[in-house]
Amino acid sequence: MTRTYVFIAALITALTGAAIAQDSVATLRSGVPLDQHPAPPQIATVKDTDLRQVRNYPEQPPLIPHKIDGYQIDINANKCLQCHSRTAIEISQAPMVSITHFMNRDNQFLASVTPRRYFCTQCHVPQSDAADLVENTFVDIDKVLEYVAGTKAEDH
Amino acid sequence: MWQFIKRTWAAIRRPSMHYSLGFLTMGGFVMGIIFWGGFNTAMELTNTEAFCTGCHEMRDNVYEELKPTIHYTNRSGVRATCPDCHVPHEWTSKIARKMQASKEVWAKVFGTINTREKFLAHRLSLAQNEWARFEANDSLECRNCHSEESMDITRQSTRAAEAHERFLFTGEKTCINCHKGIAHQLPDMGHASLITGDSSEQSLVDYLKTE
Repeated sequence: MTRTYVFIAALITALTGAAIAQDSVATLRSGVPLDQHPAPPQIATVKDTDLRQVRNYPEQPPLIPHKIDGYQIDINANKCLQCHSRTAIEISQAPMVSITHFMNRDNQFLASVTPRRYFCTQCHVPQSDAADLVENTFVDIDKVLEYVAGTKAEDH
Repeated sequence: MWQFIKRTWAAIRRPSMHYSLGFLTMGGFVMGIIFWGGFNTAMELTNTEAFCTGCHEMRDNVYEELKPTIHYTNRSGVRATCPDCHVPHEWTSKIARKMQASKEVWAKVFGTINTREKFLAHRLSLAQNEWARFEANDSLECRNCHSEESMDITRQSTRAAEAHERFLFTGEKTCINCHKGIAHQLPDMGHASLITGDSSEQSLVDYLKTE
């Protein structure tokens, strides 16, 4: 009798385990086996509008509204600073690098961009017209506040 | 020695005894074509990507850096090879540049940049030579392909169109002033500036020197 119970329990565990393993792993390989190369997707076009984008929250690093193909940012040179440095903006009319980028970690202002803020693309990125790989449920704070105000109004 | 020169000069001055005037004229003409053609062909041979990348100094440093840029591969399949940018296309300027380049043969023989370290050490001055050359000839080699008359700024991005309108069409700046480091990597800029005369660090250095 106990033998039968153990057998049935083992069978159920094995079956459900297999079922879970089959559709629980999220992958961007779209089901192509590991030893094969899937056809690469078309390279998305970078938005080159030159129009400043809305920040999704105040602390968001501003997005780059133009192409930055081949821009060199390394120990030798920083192509972004050719237009965005303090002294270049009169000629380029580009936004100046934020004053916070001149501060070292002791909040002391340096003469030029501090080394810890030197690599622009660590935070600032251009945008492309690529489709989202995963669904994004981010909601702007203004929408949240509107929603909260709405529910409060309903309560009263 | 003096006797030899005198005898040669006498031989040149004396009218020909064995060859007819027609033979000498036609022979001179044919030999002229052969020598001139040979000279030009040999010079054009030194004006190819294969010749430039024949030495490891160019092949392993600047040629490698050119490869990922738009001047090497692009959507329309037009490549700018080394001489397109570094040698003038017009004949007299080309000869002048080729004569200057004899100094580069000297540097090759004595191995001035025959290691990566030596190349990096000389990199800034090498680049500055080229930038100065481009500034002096109003970016002639750029304009061999990119002329401002055929430039349709309505097809450019807003910031590119504005910049070209303000600086290129007014003649205030020339291509190289803004477009440095597009075909090769920029050297260690240090106190050198990407836009001429426009570095806060440079003005600080100048100020400290005057003290």
